Amino acid sequence: MITSGIDCGAKNTKTIILKDGKIIGKGTALTGFDQEKAVQESLEAAVKSAGISRDDIEKIFGTGSGKDAIKMADETVNDIKSMTKGINFFFPNARTVADVGAEEGRAAKIDEKGMPVDFAINEKCAAGAGAFIEAMSRALETPLEEMGQLALSSDKEIPMNAQCAIFAESEVVGLIHAKTEKKDISKAIHDSMASRIVSMIRRIGVNEDVGMIGGVAYNPGFVEAMKRELKLEKIHIPDDPEFGTAAGAAALASEAR
Amino acid sequence: MLANYGYKDASGDFFITIDTDKCDGCGDCVPACKADIFATVDEDPNDPMRDEPVAIVADEKKKKLKYECNPCKPDSNRAELPCVKACKTDAISHSW
Amino acid sequence: MAEEKKQEFWRWTESNWKNPDIDWKDAKIITAGIDVGSVSSQAVIMADGQIYAYGNMRTGSDSPNSATNALKFALETTDISEDRIDYCIGTGYGRVNVPFADRSITEIACHARGANFIYGNEVRTVLDVGGQDIKAIQCDKKGKVTNFLMNDKCAAGTGRGMEVFSDLLGVPINEVGDRSFEFEGDEPQAVSSTCVVYAKSEATGLLRKGWTKEQVLAAYCKAMAERIYSLIERVGVNPGFAVTGGMAKNRGVMDRVMPMVGLERMQTKWDTQIAGAAGAALFGYTLCQKGKGRKK
Repeated sequence: MITSGIDCGAKNTKTIILKDGKIIGKGTALTGFDQEKAVQESLEAAVKSAGISRDDIEKIFGTGSGKDAIKMADETVNDIKSMTKGINFFFPNARTVADVGAEEGRAAKIDEKGMPVDFAINEKCAAGAGAFIEAMSRALETPLEEMGQLALSSDKEIPMNAQCAIFAESEVVGLIHAKTEKKDISKAIHDSMASRIVSMIRRIGVNEDVGMIGGVAYNPGFVEAMKRELKLEKIHIPDDPEFGTAAGAAALASEAR
Repeated sequence: MLANYGYKDASGDFFITIDTDKCDGCGDCVPACKADIFATVDEDPNDPMRDEPVAIVADEKKKKLKYECNPCKPDSNRAELPCVKACKTDAISHSW
Repeated sequence: MAEEKKQEFWRWTESNWKNPDIDWKDAKIITAGIDVGSVSSQAVIMADGQIYAYGNMRTGSDSPNSATNALKFALETTDISEDRIDYCIGTGYGRVNVPFADRSITEIACHARGANFIYGNEVRTVLDVGGQDIKAIQCDKKGKVTNFLMNDKCAAGTGRGMEVFSDLLGVPINEVGDRSFEFEGDEPQAVSSTCVVYAKSEATGLLRKGWTKEQVLAAYCKAMAERIYSLIERVGVNPGFAVTGGMAKNRGVMDRVMPMVGLERMQTKWDTQIAGAAGAALFGYTLCQKGKGRKK
C-alpha cells in the first residue's frame, strides 16, 4: 500500500511517500506566502523521487500549521499525533519526543503504539523555535548552516540573559563589542535555546529513549546542547529529521481503514 | 505594595505577586520552593523607605517563571503550591 | 552637514538642558540621578529638589561608560563641577552600571517618584514604555509605589520592537507615529502575531499583498497598543494617568492605547524620558534631608 504524508510548516512543506512501511520518496518546497502552491510542489517532488505516478498513492494525510491548504488530503491530522507516530516509525523504543521547527517547538510523552500520552507546546514565541537561531545567525553574521559546527568548537559557558529573540540579538551585539569570540557566542546561543526546549520537555517528563525530529535537529550544536542539558548520552534522530512529522502522517494514513 | 514579578509573552501571562504590605520578610517561602525562586533582602529595592526585610523573586528567575514553576504545576491534580502554603500572611499568589 | 552614508532609521535626537532660573551656588543640597537604560541614558541634576540640568542620550554599546557620559552630557551646559554633587543615585536597566553611584534604587520606585514630580501629585497610574521593557505602576499622592508590573522578557510593545519595524519599513522612528495614521479607509486589523519576529514575517506578507507601509505601520502599532494595554489592565488604572519613557513620544502607539484606557493623558512640560533619573535625584535629596545620605 502506498500512502503519503504532507507536513505544511511555517518555513518548509515536506512530503513523504511510504510503501509497505518503507520510505520510497521525499519532497520539499519553501512554504512562502502561497501554501497551496508549496503543497503541490512538495508532493510533485516526492512523487518524482519515488518514481511512481500520483495516482499510485492510495491515501494522503495532511498535517502542520498549514494543513488546511492541503486540499488533496483525504484527512488531516493534528501535529502532535503525526509527531509521535513519526518518531515511533523510526524508533519504536522512543517514549519522549521533541520536535523543534522553524516557528514552533513541541514535545510529547509517547506510549508503545506511538500515541501521545501528554504534550507541551512552545508556540507564538520565536525564542522557543528555530526562528531564534536563525535571528542569532544574522546577528553573528554567520550562515545558519555553520552555526552548529561553530558552537561545537567552543567549551565555554556564557549564560544569556535574554529570553526573547529580539533582545538576544542586542545581547549578541553587546558580546561582539566586548570582543567575545564568535564560537563562544554561538555556543551560548545554542545553550540558551536548549535550556528553553528542555524546560518544555521536563513539563511532560523525560523518559528514555528520547527522540528528536524537526529541522533544528540538523544542527549538531543544538543536539549537543540538548544532550548536555538533558544529561543524556544519546538522543535518537532520524537521518532526515525535518521529514519526521510527514512520515508520521504517512504512517497514520497506512493504518487508517 | 503589590509586586508582580514575571512576564507576559505571546504564550501567556506568568506572574507571581508578593503583597509587601502583608510580607514581614520571615523567609519561610525561600526553602519551600525547590526551584529557588524566592529570596529575602534587607533593603526593598522598590521601596527605599521600608525598614523591614522583604521577600522578592530572584532576578535570574523572573524571565523564566513559566518553566521554573513547572514541577509544581502539572496539568492535572495540582496540589496547593508549597510557596503559598508556607506563607503565614498569605502574601504570595500566582497568576496561572 | 555631512551626508550619512547609510540612513539609520531608528536614531532619535539627543538633548541636554540647563535651567536658566536657578543658580546652583544658592543650593544647599545638590543631587544627581542617573538612569542607564538598555537603549537610552539620562542624568538629572537637582538643586534642593528642583531640576537644575539634565541630559538624554543613546546608551550605545559602551554601557559601562554610559553613566559617566550621561552625567557629562548633563553638565556640559553648566559651570558646576562633578564633585559639588552631594549624593548620586543610580537606576535603570543597568542600574548596577553606575559605578560611582552612592546607592542604587529600582527603576520602578524612581519612575513613580519621577512621574509624581514631572506630572504633579495627582498622578496615580504611570505607564512607562522604554527601550526593552514596559512598566505599569500605581502610586499614591507622594509618588510611593502601591502596585507594579514590569515586562522585560518580551520585545512586543517595547521601543526595541518598534525600532525593528521602523527599520523593516524604512520609516524614520520620529515619523512612525504620524505615518501610522496616513491611510485611506478603515483602520487595518492588528497583525495577528504579537511576537515581533513573527509579526515581521507577517508584515512582509502584507506588503506583498499590496498593503502600504502606512497600513502595515497602523496594523503593527495596533498590536503593540493591545499588548501594552493588557499589561496595564493587570495592574489596574486609576484617574491621574501619565505616560513616561521614549514610547510616550510615539503617537502611533499612544493614540491607540489611550482609547482602551478611557482616560485623558496627563500633560507635562518636561521631557518624559527623564522621569526615572528625576525620581532618582529626588530620592537622593530626600535621603540627604533625612540624614541617610552616606557617601559611598
